[in-house]
Amino acid sequence: MTLTETPLERNCVVSGIGQSDIGRRLGRDPLGLTLDACYAAIKDAGLRVEDIDGLSTYPGAVGGSPGFSGAGAYEILDAMRLKVGFYDSGVETAGQLGSVMKACMAVAAGLSNHVLCFRSVWEGSAQGTGGRKASGALTQYASGSMEWLLPFGSASAANWIAMFAQAHMHKYGTTPEQLAQIALNSRKNAGLNPNAIYAEPMTMDDYMSARMISTPLRLFDCDAPCDGATAFIISRKELAADLDCTPITIEAMGSANHDRATWDQLRDLSRTIGADAAAQMWSRTDLTPKDVDIAELYDGFSILALLWLEAMQLCEMGESGSFIEGGQRIALDGELPLNTHGGQLSAGRLHGYGFFHEACLQLRGEAGARQVAKQPQVAAVAAGGGVTCGTFLLSTRP
Amino acid sequence: MPEPSVPFRILPELSDRNRHFWQGGEQGHLTILRCQECGYYLHPPTPTCPHDQSKDVAPEAVSGRATVASFTINHQAWIPGVEVPYLIAIVEIDEQPELRLTTNLVNCEAEDVHVGMPVQVLFEHHEDANGDVWIPLFEPTGGK
Repeated sequence: MTLTETPLERNCVVSGIGQSDIGRRLGRDPLGLTLDACYAAIKDAGLRVEDIDGLSTYPGAVGGSPGFSGAGAYEILDAMRLKVGFYDSGVETAGQLGSVMKACMAVAAGLSNHVLCFRSVWEGSAQGTGGRKASGALTQYASGSMEWLLPFGSASAANWIAMFAQAHMHKYGTTPEQLAQIALNSRKNAGLNPNAIYAEPMTMDDYMSARMISTPLRLFDCDAPCDGATAFIISRKELAADLDCTPITIEAMGSANHDRATWDQLRDLSRTIGADAAAQMWSRTDLTPKDVDIAELYDGFSILALLWLEAMQLCEMGESGSFIEGGQRIALDGELPLNTHGGQLSAGRLHGYGFFHEACLQLRGEAGARQVAKQPQVAAVAAGGGVTCGTFLLSTRP
Repeated sequence: MPEPSVPFRILPELSDRNRHFWQGGEQGHLTILRCQECGYYLHPPTPTCPHDQSKDVAPEAVSGRATVASFTINHQAWIPGVEVPYLIAIVEIDEQPELRLTTNLVNCEAEDVHVGMPVQVLFEHHEDANGDVWIPLFEPTGGK
Protein backbone atom coordinates (compact mmCIF):
# COMPACT_ATOMS: atom_id res chain seq x y z
CA MET A 1 0.00 0.00 0.00
CA THR A 2 1.15 3.53 -0.70
CA LEU A 3 0.15 6.59 1.27
CA THR A 4 -1.78 7.96 -1.68
CA GLU A 5 -4.60 5.90 -0.19
CA THR A 6 -5.83 6.70 3.30
CA PRO A 7 -5.53 3.62 5.51
CA LEU A 8 -9.00 2.54 6.58
CA GLU A 9 -8.17 2.83 10.26
CA ARG A 10 -7.71 6.60 9.85
CA ASN A 11 -11.49 6.77 9.55
CA CYS A 12 -11.80 5.35 13.06
CA VAL A 13 -11.22 6.79 16.52
CA VAL A 14 -11.18 5.42 20.03
CA SER A 15 -14.21 7.29 21.37
CA GLY A 16 -14.40 5.59 24.75
CA ILE A 17 -12.42 3.44 27.15
CA GLY A 18 -13.51 1.57 30.25
CA GLN A 19 -12.17 -0.77 32.87
CA SER A 20 -13.73 -2.86 35.63
CA ASP A 21 -12.29 -3.28 39.09
CA ILE A 22 -8.90 -4.97 38.76
CA GLY A 23 -7.43 -7.24 41.39
CA ARG A 24 -5.29 -10.27 42.02
CA ARG A 25 -8.29 -12.36 43.09
CA LEU A 26 -11.58 -10.47 43.20
CA GLY A 27 -13.75 -13.57 43.45
CA ARG A 28 -16.38 -11.84 41.32
CA ASP A 29 -18.50 -13.14 38.45
CA PRO A 30 -16.34 -12.52 35.36
CA LEU A 31 -19.47 -11.67 33.34
CA GLY A 32 -20.16 -8.87 35.82
CA LEU A 33 -16.61 -7.54 35.50
CA THR A 34 -16.92 -7.61 31.72
CA LEU A 35 -20.21 -5.73 31.77
CA ASP A 36 -18.75 -3.11 34.12
CA ALA A 37 -15.97 -2.39 31.60
CA CYS A 38 -18.34 -2.37 28.61
CA TYR A 39 -20.88 -0.01 30.16
CA ALA A 40 -18.05 2.25 31.38
CA ALA A 41 -16.59 2.51 27.87
CA ILE A 42 -19.97 3.34 26.34
CA LYS A 43 -20.56 6.05 28.93
CA ASP A 44 -17.05 7.42 28.41
CA ALA A 45 -17.74 7.73 24.69
CA GLY A 46 -20.87 9.75 25.36
CA LEU A 47 -22.96 7.03 23.74
CA ARG A 48 -26.09 5.14 24.75
CA VAL A 49 -26.13 1.33 24.77
CA GLU A 50 -28.54 1.37 21.82
CA ASP A 51 -25.93 3.29 19.77
CA ILE A 52 -23.56 0.30 19.88
CA ASP A 53 -23.95 -1.59 16.61
CA GLY A 54 -20.88 -3.78 16.59
CA LEU A 55 -18.95 -6.10 18.89
CA SER A 56 -15.46 -7.56 18.67
CA THR A 57 -13.59 -9.49 21.34
CA TYR A 58 -10.60 -11.67 22.06
CA PRO A 59 -10.63 -14.65 22.51
CA GLY A 60 -14.37 -15.41 22.78
CA ALA A 61 -15.89 -18.21 24.78
CA VAL A 62 -13.04 -20.67 24.42
CA GLY A 63 -11.59 -23.24 26.76
CA GLY A 64 -7.94 -23.30 27.59
CA SER A 65 -6.30 -22.43 30.86
CA PRO A 66 -8.54 -21.45 33.79
CA GLY A 67 -9.85 -17.89 33.70
CA PHE A 68 -8.49 -17.16 30.21
CA SER A 69 -11.85 -15.86 28.99
CA GLY A 70 -14.26 -13.95 31.21
CA ALA A 71 -17.07 -13.71 28.68
CA GLY A 72 -17.78 -14.62 25.07
CA ALA A 73 -19.29 -12.52 22.29
CA TYR A 74 -22.69 -14.23 22.50
CA GLU A 75 -22.87 -13.74 26.27
CA ILE A 76 -22.27 -10.00 26.00
CA LEU A 77 -24.54 -9.56 22.97
CA ASP A 78 -27.31 -11.15 24.97
CA ALA A 79 -26.55 -9.67 28.39
CA MET A 80 -26.58 -6.14 26.94
CA ARG A 81 -29.38 -6.84 24.42
CA LEU A 82 -27.20 -5.40 21.65
CA LYS A 83 -28.41 -5.10 18.07
CA VAL A 84 -25.32 -5.30 15.90
CA GLY A 85 -24.33 -5.09 12.26
CA PHE A 86 -21.10 -6.98 12.94
CA TYR A 87 -19.79 -9.24 15.67
CA ASP A 88 -16.72 -11.42 15.97
CA SER A 89 -14.44 -13.20 18.38
CA GLY A 90 -11.41 -15.37 17.91
CA VAL A 91 -8.13 -16.44 19.39
CA GLU A 92 -6.19 -17.07 16.16
CA THR A 93 -5.63 -13.43 15.20
CA ALA A 94 -3.02 -10.67 15.26
CA GLY A 95 -2.54 -10.73 19.01
CA GLN A 96 -5.20 -9.71 21.51
CA LEU A 97 -5.60 -6.38 19.69
CA GLY A 98 -6.48 -8.20 16.48
CA SER A 99 -10.01 -7.86 17.83
CA VAL A 100 -9.68 -4.05 17.78
CA MET A 101 -8.37 -4.21 14.20
CA LYS A 102 -11.46 -6.15 13.20
CA ALA A 103 -13.58 -3.45 14.81
CA CYS A 104 -11.87 -0.85 12.60
CA MET A 105 -12.49 -3.02 9.57
CA ALA A 106 -16.17 -3.38 10.45
CA VAL A 107 -16.50 0.41 10.62
CA ALA A 108 -14.56 0.89 7.38
CA ALA A 109 -16.66 -1.75 5.64
CA GLY A 110 -19.82 0.08 6.64
CA LEU A 111 -21.14 -2.73 8.82
CA SER A 112 -21.04 -0.71 12.05
CA ASN A 113 -20.58 2.82 13.39
CA HIS A 114 -19.69 2.18 17.04
CA VAL A 115 -18.02 -1.15 17.85
CA LEU A 116 -17.62 -2.35 21.43
CA CYS A 117 -14.33 -4.22 21.97
CA PHE A 118 -13.52 -6.08 25.16
CA ARG A 119 -11.01 -8.42 26.79
CA SER A 120 -11.90 -10.00 30.11
CA VAL A 121 -9.79 -12.24 32.35
CA TRP A 122 -10.28 -13.89 35.72
CA GLU A 123 -7.08 -15.94 35.83
CA GLY A 124 -6.29 -14.75 39.34
CA SER A 125 -9.40 -16.27 40.87
CA ALA A 126 -9.58 -19.24 38.51
CA GLN A 127 -6.01 -20.39 39.10
CA GLY A 128 -6.28 -19.95 42.84
CA THR A 129 -3.16 -20.21 44.90
CA GLY A 130 -1.82 -23.35 43.26
CA GLY A 131 0.49 -21.56 40.85
CA ARG A 132 0.40 -21.44 37.08
CA LYS A 133 -0.05 -24.63 35.16
CA ALA A 134 0.62 -25.80 31.66
CA SER A 135 -0.75 -23.82 28.74
CA GLY A 136 -4.23 -25.04 27.89
CA ALA A 137 -6.05 -27.82 29.63
CA LEU A 138 -3.92 -30.84 30.50
CA THR A 139 -5.11 -33.85 28.61
CA GLN A 140 -4.10 -37.48 28.53
CA TYR A 141 -2.53 -37.06 25.11
CA ALA A 142 -0.93 -34.06 23.42
CA SER A 143 -2.47 -33.01 20.11
CA GLY A 144 -2.63 -30.06 17.75
CA SER A 145 0.24 -27.61 18.08
CA MET A 146 0.91 -28.88 21.62
CA GLU A 147 1.82 -32.31 20.18
CA TRP A 148 5.31 -30.98 19.43
CA LEU A 149 5.80 -29.26 22.80
CA LEU A 150 3.95 -30.96 25.64
CA PRO A 151 5.62 -34.40 25.38
CA PHE A 152 8.88 -32.62 26.24
CA GLY A 153 7.45 -30.72 29.20
CA SER A 154 7.63 -27.52 27.12
CA ALA A 155 4.27 -26.81 28.62
CA SER A 156 4.09 -23.07 29.10
CA ALA A 157 4.66 -19.90 27.12
CA ALA A 158 7.31 -19.26 29.78
CA ASN A 159 9.36 -22.10 28.26
CA TRP A 160 8.84 -21.07 24.64
CA ILE A 161 9.64 -17.43 25.33
CA ALA A 162 12.56 -18.29 27.61
CA MET A 163 14.15 -19.83 24.53
CA PHE A 164 13.65 -16.55 22.63
CA ALA A 165 15.39 -14.79 25.53
CA GLN A 166 18.26 -17.28 25.51
CA ALA A 167 18.66 -16.86 21.76
CA HIS A 168 18.67 -13.05 22.12
CA MET A 169 21.28 -13.22 24.87
CA HIS A 170 23.43 -15.54 22.80
CA LYS A 171 23.19 -13.52 19.58
CA TYR A 172 23.41 -10.00 20.99
CA GLY A 173 24.95 -10.33 24.45
CA THR A 174 21.84 -9.11 26.25
CA THR A 175 22.33 -9.49 30.01
CA PRO A 176 20.05 -10.47 32.91
CA GLU A 177 20.67 -7.03 34.41
CA GLN A 178 19.34 -5.40 31.24
CA LEU A 179 16.33 -7.71 31.20
CA ALA A 180 15.68 -6.74 34.81
CA GLN A 181 15.12 -3.11 33.81
CA ILE A 182 11.81 -4.04 32.19
CA ALA A 183 10.56 -5.50 35.47
CA LEU A 184 12.02 -2.72 37.62
CA ASN A 185 10.61 0.02 35.38
CA SER A 186 7.17 -1.58 35.43
CA ARG A 187 7.19 -1.90 39.19
CA LYS A 188 8.24 1.72 39.63
CA ASN A 189 5.42 2.92 37.38
CA ALA A 190 2.93 0.61 39.07
CA GLY A 191 3.66 2.40 42.33
CA LEU A 192 1.82 5.40 40.83
CA ASN A 193 -1.09 3.31 39.52
CA PRO A 194 -3.85 2.80 42.11
CA ASN A 195 -5.18 -0.19 40.15
CA ALA A 196 -1.86 -2.03 39.91
CA ILE A 197 -1.55 -5.57 41.27
CA TYR A 198 2.00 -5.20 42.61
CA ALA A 199 2.94 -1.68 43.71
CA GLU A 200 5.52 -2.21 46.46
CA PRO A 201 9.04 -1.12 45.44
CA MET A 202 11.36 -3.76 43.95
CA THR A 203 15.16 -3.64 43.85
CA MET A 204 17.64 -5.34 41.53
CA ASP A 205 18.43 -7.67 44.46
CA ASP A 206 14.74 -8.56 44.83
CA TYR A 207 14.61 -9.33 41.11
CA MET A 208 17.78 -11.39 41.01
CA SER A 209 17.03 -13.37 44.17
CA ALA A 210 13.53 -14.39 43.07
CA ARG A 211 13.19 -18.00 42.03
CA MET A 212 14.01 -19.10 38.51
CA ILE A 213 11.02 -20.13 36.39
CA SER A 214 12.67 -21.15 33.13
CA THR A 215 16.16 -19.83 32.49
CA PRO A 216 16.86 -17.00 31.90
CA LEU A 217 13.37 -15.95 33.07
CA ARG A 218 12.89 -15.40 36.79
CA LEU A 219 9.65 -14.95 38.71
CA PHE A 220 9.46 -11.20 38.08
CA ASP A 221 9.98 -11.69 34.34
CA CYS A 222 6.52 -13.29 34.24
CA ASP A 223 3.30 -11.27 34.32
CA ALA A 224 0.79 -11.33 37.16
CA PRO A 225 -2.47 -13.23 36.58
CA CYS A 226 -5.41 -11.12 37.73
CA ASP A 227 -9.13 -10.49 37.41
CA GLY A 228 -10.37 -7.58 35.34
CA ALA A 229 -11.90 -6.43 32.08
CA THR A 230 -11.06 -3.65 29.65
CA ALA A 231 -13.28 -2.26 26.90
CA PHE A 232 -13.02 0.27 24.09
CA ILE A 233 -15.43 1.86 21.66
CA ILE A 234 -14.17 2.18 18.08
CA SER A 235 -16.29 4.81 16.31
CA ARG A 236 -16.59 6.21 12.84
CA LYS A 237 -14.52 9.39 13.00
CA GLU A 238 -17.10 11.75 11.52
CA LEU A 239 -19.67 10.64 14.10
CA ALA A 240 -17.35 11.09 17.07
CA ALA A 241 -17.20 14.84 16.51
CA ASP A 242 -20.77 15.12 17.79
CA LEU A 243 -20.14 13.06 20.91
CA ASP A 244 -19.19 14.24 24.37
CA CYS A 245 -15.89 12.39 24.26
CA THR A 246 -12.14 12.86 23.81
CA PRO A 247 -11.44 10.90 20.64
CA ILE A 248 -8.02 9.33 20.10
CA THR A 249 -6.95 8.98 16.49
CA ILE A 250 -5.96 5.60 15.16
CA GLU A 251 -3.00 6.46 12.95
CA ALA A 252 -2.15 2.97 11.77
CA MET A 253 -2.33 -0.68 12.66
CA GLY A 254 -0.25 -3.73 11.83
CA SER A 255 -1.28 -7.37 11.63
CA ALA A 256 1.29 -8.91 9.30
CA ASN A 257 2.97 -12.26 9.88
CA HIS A 258 5.58 -13.44 7.38
CA ASP A 259 7.08 -16.18 9.51
CA ARG A 260 6.22 -19.73 10.53
CA ALA A 261 3.14 -19.75 12.75
CA THR A 262 4.65 -22.03 15.39
CA TRP A 263 6.58 -21.44 18.60
CA ASP A 264 9.72 -23.37 17.64
CA GLN A 265 10.10 -22.92 13.88
CA LEU A 266 10.54 -19.12 13.63
CA ARG A 267 13.34 -18.26 11.20
CA ASP A 268 15.23 -16.38 13.89
CA LEU A 269 14.42 -17.28 17.49
CA SER A 270 15.64 -13.87 18.65
CA ARG A 271 13.12 -12.02 16.47
CA THR A 272 9.35 -12.42 16.69
CA ILE A 273 6.75 -11.81 14.00
CA GLY A 274 6.05 -8.51 15.75
CA ALA A 275 8.63 -7.02 13.38
CA ASP A 276 6.38 -7.92 10.43
CA ALA A 277 3.31 -6.36 12.07
CA ALA A 278 5.21 -3.19 13.02
CA ALA A 279 6.75 -2.78 9.55
CA GLN A 280 3.28 -2.95 8.08
CA MET A 281 2.05 -0.37 10.59
CA TRP A 282 4.85 2.08 9.73
CA SER A 283 4.08 1.63 6.02
CA ARG A 284 0.58 2.99 6.68
CA THR A 285 1.47 6.35 8.24
CA ASP A 286 3.56 9.45 7.62
CA LEU A 287 4.69 9.33 11.25
CA THR A 288 8.02 7.65 12.01
CA PRO A 289 9.48 5.92 15.07
CA LYS A 290 11.13 9.24 16.03
CA ASP A 291 7.67 10.74 16.53
CA VAL A 292 6.74 8.25 19.28
CA ASP A 293 6.39 9.91 22.70
CA ILE A 294 5.44 6.86 24.77
CA ALA A 295 5.54 3.11 24.20
CA GLU A 296 3.11 0.61 25.70
CA LEU A 297 4.63 -2.73 24.73
CA TYR A 298 3.42 -6.17 25.72
CA ASP A 299 5.40 -7.66 28.60
CA GLY A 300 3.66 -10.94 29.31
CA PHE A 301 7.30 -11.88 29.79
CA SER A 302 9.92 -9.16 30.20
CA ILE A 303 11.90 -10.26 27.14
CA LEU A 304 8.89 -9.58 24.91
CA ALA A 305 9.07 -5.86 25.73
CA LEU A 306 12.72 -5.91 24.61
CA LEU A 307 11.83 -7.73 21.40
CA TRP A 308 8.99 -5.25 20.81
CA LEU A 309 11.33 -2.26 21.21
CA GLU A 310 13.32 -3.70 18.30
CA ALA A 311 10.30 -4.83 16.29
CA MET A 312 8.66 -1.41 16.58
CA GLN A 313 11.93 0.15 15.33
CA LEU A 314 12.22 2.21 18.53
CA CYS A 315 15.83 0.98 18.73
CA GLU A 316 18.12 -0.94 16.40
CA MET A 317 17.69 -4.69 16.01
CA GLY A 318 19.69 -6.41 18.73
CA GLU A 319 20.27 -3.23 20.74
CA SER A 320 17.27 -3.24 23.06
CA GLY A 321 19.44 -4.43 25.95
CA SER A 322 21.81 -1.49 25.79
CA PHE A 323 18.88 0.83 24.96
CA ILE A 324 17.29 0.19 28.36
CA GLU A 325 20.58 -0.15 30.30
CA GLY A 326 20.15 1.53 33.67
CA GLY A 327 16.48 2.20 33.02
CA GLN A 328 16.64 6.00 32.72
CA ARG A 329 15.68 6.12 29.05
CA ILE A 330 12.40 4.23 29.58
CA ALA A 331 11.42 5.89 32.87
CA LEU A 332 8.40 8.20 33.13
CA ASP A 333 10.75 11.18 32.78
CA GLY A 334 12.98 9.51 30.19
CA GLU A 335 13.13 10.00 26.44
CA LEU A 336 10.80 7.06 25.77
CA PRO A 337 8.53 6.29 28.75
CA LEU A 338 7.65 2.58 28.59
CA ASN A 339 4.70 0.72 30.10
CA THR A 340 3.70 3.75 32.11
CA HIS A 341 0.98 1.91 34.09
CA GLY A 342 3.24 -0.92 35.18
CA GLY A 343 2.73 -3.31 32.29
CA GLN A 344 1.36 -6.79 32.80
CA LEU A 345 4.34 -7.56 35.03
CA SER A 346 3.09 -5.27 37.80
CA ALA A 347 -0.27 -3.79 36.77
CA GLY A 348 -1.67 -7.24 35.98
CA ARG A 349 -2.20 -9.51 33.03
CA LEU A 350 -5.11 -7.69 31.37
CA HIS A 351 -3.81 -9.37 28.24
CA GLY A 352 -2.97 -6.80 25.62
CA TYR A 353 -5.90 -4.46 26.23
CA GLY A 354 -4.19 -2.85 29.24
CA PHE A 355 -1.51 -1.30 27.01
CA PHE A 356 -4.04 0.18 24.59
CA HIS A 357 -6.08 1.54 27.52
CA GLU A 358 -3.02 3.15 29.07
CA ALA A 359 -1.96 4.71 25.76
CA CYS A 360 -5.39 6.36 25.44
CA LEU A 361 -5.27 7.61 29.04
CA GLN A 362 -1.82 9.11 28.55
CA LEU A 363 -2.76 10.75 25.23
CA ARG A 364 -5.85 12.21 26.92
CA GLY A 365 -3.71 13.51 29.77
CA GLU A 366 -5.81 11.55 32.27
CA ALA A 367 -3.24 9.16 33.73
CA GLY A 368 -3.15 10.80 37.15
CA ALA A 369 0.04 10.51 39.20
CA ARG A 370 1.77 8.58 36.43
CA GLN A 371 0.88 11.03 33.65
CA VAL A 372 3.96 11.72 31.54
CA ALA A 373 4.75 15.37 32.25
CA LYS A 374 5.46 16.42 28.68
CA GLN A 375 2.00 15.70 27.25
CA PRO A 376 2.41 12.76 24.81
CA GLN A 377 0.99 13.21 21.30
CA VAL A 378 1.91 9.84 19.75
CA ALA A 379 1.81 6.40 21.41
CA ALA A 380 3.10 3.10 20.07
CA VAL A 381 1.13 0.08 21.29
CA ALA A 382 1.99 -3.58 20.80
CA ALA A 383 0.31 -6.71 22.07
CA GLY A 384 1.18 -10.37 21.92
CA GLY A 385 4.43 -12.13 21.26
CA GLY A 386 5.94 -15.04 19.40
CA VAL A 387 3.46 -16.04 16.74
CA THR A 388 0.55 -13.79 17.71
CA CYS A 389 1.36 -10.10 17.35
CA GLY A 390 -0.49 -6.88 16.59
CA THR A 391 0.42 -3.19 16.73
CA PHE A 392 -1.26 0.21 16.84
CA LEU A 393 -0.06 3.76 16.49
CA LEU A 394 -2.36 6.18 18.32
CA SER A 395 -2.24 9.97 18.39
CA THR A 396 -3.95 13.16 19.43
CA ARG A 397 -3.83 14.52 15.85
CA PRO A 398 -7.26 15.40 14.48
CA MET B 1 23.10 -28.20 40.01
CA PRO B 2 22.09 -31.85 39.86
CA GLU B 3 21.76 -33.52 36.50
CA PRO B 4 18.36 -32.42 35.15
CA SER B 5 15.66 -35.03 35.41
CA VAL B 6 13.58 -36.27 32.53
CA PRO B 7 10.10 -34.73 32.63
CA PHE B 8 6.88 -36.59 33.12
CA ARG B 9 5.64 -37.50 29.68
CA ILE B 10 2.31 -36.49 28.25
CA LEU B 11 2.42 -38.70 25.17
CA PRO B 12 1.41 -37.49 21.71
CA GLU B 13 -1.89 -38.57 20.23
CA LEU B 14 -0.92 -40.88 17.39
CA SER B 15 -2.40 -40.45 13.94
CA ASP B 16 -1.60 -41.48 10.38
CA ARG B 17 0.05 -38.10 9.96
CA ASN B 18 2.52 -38.40 12.82
CA ARG B 19 3.07 -42.12 13.48
CA HIS B 20 6.33 -42.22 11.53
CA PHE B 21 7.82 -39.54 13.78
CA TRP B 22 6.82 -40.96 17.15
CA GLN B 23 7.42 -44.62 16.28
CA GLY B 24 10.52 -44.27 14.10
CA GLY B 25 12.64 -44.74 17.18
CA GLU B 26 11.70 -48.42 17.29
CA GLN B 27 14.22 -48.89 14.48
CA GLY B 28 16.54 -46.35 16.07
CA HIS B 29 15.85 -43.67 13.46
CA LEU B 30 14.72 -40.08 13.71
CA THR B 31 12.16 -40.02 10.92
CA ILE B 32 11.00 -36.84 9.20
CA LEU B 33 8.54 -36.42 6.36
CA ARG B 34 10.26 -35.48 3.10
CA CYS B 35 9.01 -34.28 -0.26
CA GLN B 36 9.99 -36.91 -2.81
CA GLU B 37 9.92 -34.30 -5.59
CA CYS B 38 12.04 -31.44 -4.24
CA GLY B 39 13.74 -33.09 -1.26
CA TYR B 40 12.44 -30.63 1.35
CA TYR B 41 11.90 -31.98 4.89
CA LEU B 42 8.50 -31.00 6.31
CA HIS B 43 8.06 -30.52 10.03
CA PRO B 44 5.53 -30.52 11.54
CA PRO B 45 4.29 -33.01 8.94
CA THR B 46 1.74 -31.87 6.35
CA PRO B 47 0.23 -33.97 3.53
CA THR B 48 1.38 -31.49 0.87
CA CYS B 49 4.83 -29.97 0.40
CA PRO B 50 4.66 -26.18 0.98
CA HIS B 51 7.39 -25.60 -1.62
CA ASP B 52 6.04 -27.40 -4.69
CA GLN B 53 2.59 -28.61 -3.55
CA SER B 54 3.62 -32.19 -4.23
CA LYS B 55 1.58 -34.81 -2.41
CA ASP B 56 4.40 -37.29 -2.89
CA VAL B 57 5.73 -36.99 0.66
CA ALA B 58 7.19 -39.90 2.61
CA PRO B 59 8.98 -40.50 5.92
CA GLU B 60 12.76 -40.73 5.70
CA ALA B 61 15.35 -41.43 8.36
CA VAL B 62 17.74 -38.55 9.03
CA SER B 63 21.14 -38.79 10.66
CA GLY B 64 19.90 -37.76 14.10
CA ARG B 65 22.65 -35.17 14.36
CA ALA B 66 21.66 -31.63 15.31
CA THR B 67 22.83 -28.45 17.01
CA VAL B 68 21.23 -26.59 19.90
CA ALA B 69 19.43 -23.48 18.57
CA SER B 70 18.21 -22.42 21.99
CA PHE B 71 17.48 -23.97 25.37
CA THR B 72 16.03 -23.36 28.81
CA ILE B 73 16.34 -25.03 32.17
CA ASN B 74 12.75 -25.36 33.34
CA HIS B 75 12.27 -25.05 37.11
CA GLN B 76 8.49 -24.78 37.32
CA ALA B 77 6.29 -27.87 37.74
CA TRP B 78 3.69 -27.00 35.08
CA ILE B 79 2.53 -30.58 35.00
CA PRO B 80 1.51 -32.10 38.35
CA GLY B 81 4.01 -34.73 39.47
CA VAL B 82 6.79 -33.59 37.19
CA GLU B 83 10.33 -33.59 38.57
CA VAL B 84 12.20 -30.34 38.03
CA PRO B 85 14.52 -28.98 36.84
CA TYR B 86 14.80 -30.36 33.33
CA LEU B 87 16.36 -29.16 30.10
CA ILE B 88 14.20 -28.14 27.14
CA ALA B 89 15.87 -27.29 23.86
CA ILE B 90 15.10 -26.38 20.29
CA VAL B 91 17.54 -28.27 18.08
CA GLU B 92 18.24 -27.74 14.41
CA ILE B 93 18.57 -30.97 12.44
CA ASP B 94 21.78 -31.20 10.37
CA GLU B 95 20.01 -32.17 7.15
CA GLN B 96 18.31 -28.80 6.53
CA PRO B 97 18.62 -25.23 7.84
CA GLU B 98 15.73 -24.20 10.11
CA LEU B 99 14.46 -27.80 10.39
CA ARG B 100 13.85 -27.74 14.12
CA LEU B 101 12.43 -29.85 16.91
CA THR B 102 11.60 -29.06 20.49
CA THR B 103 13.13 -31.77 22.66
CA ASN B 104 14.84 -32.52 25.97
CA LEU B 105 18.58 -32.62 26.43
CA VAL B 106 19.78 -35.53 28.55
CA ASN B 107 23.07 -37.04 29.69
CA CYS B 108 24.62 -33.61 30.17
CA GLU B 109 25.08 -31.05 32.91
CA ALA B 110 22.87 -27.99 32.62
CA GLU B 111 25.82 -25.62 32.96
CA ASP B 112 27.55 -27.23 29.97
CA VAL B 113 24.72 -26.57 27.53
CA HIS B 114 25.21 -23.77 25.02
CA VAL B 115 23.72 -22.51 21.77
CA GLY B 116 25.54 -24.21 18.90
CA MET B 117 26.33 -27.37 20.91
CA PRO B 118 26.36 -30.49 18.68
CA VAL B 119 23.93 -33.16 19.83
CA GLN B 120 22.64 -36.53 18.66
CA VAL B 121 19.33 -38.29 19.02
CA LEU B 122 18.42 -41.12 21.37
CA PHE B 123 15.00 -42.53 22.12
CA GLU B 124 12.92 -43.07 25.23
CA HIS B 125 10.44 -45.92 24.76
CA HIS B 126 6.95 -45.62 26.27
CA GLU B 127 4.49 -48.49 26.16
CA ASP B 128 0.94 -47.31 25.65
CA ALA B 129 -2.39 -48.99 24.96
CA ASN B 130 -2.93 -46.73 21.95
CA GLY B 131 0.44 -47.59 20.47
CA ASP B 132 3.99 -47.44 21.80
CA VAL B 133 5.87 -44.19 21.40
CA TRP B 134 9.60 -43.50 21.11
CA ILE B 135 10.28 -39.94 22.28
CA PRO B 136 13.30 -38.43 20.50
CA LEU B 137 15.67 -36.86 23.03
CA PHE B 138 19.13 -35.48 22.38
CA GLU B 139 22.49 -35.81 24.13
CA PRO B 140 25.89 -34.28 23.46
CA THR B 141 27.56 -35.83 20.41
CA GLY B 142 29.90 -38.60 21.52
CA GLY B 143 27.99 -39.21 24.75
CA LYS B 144 28.64 -37.70 28.13
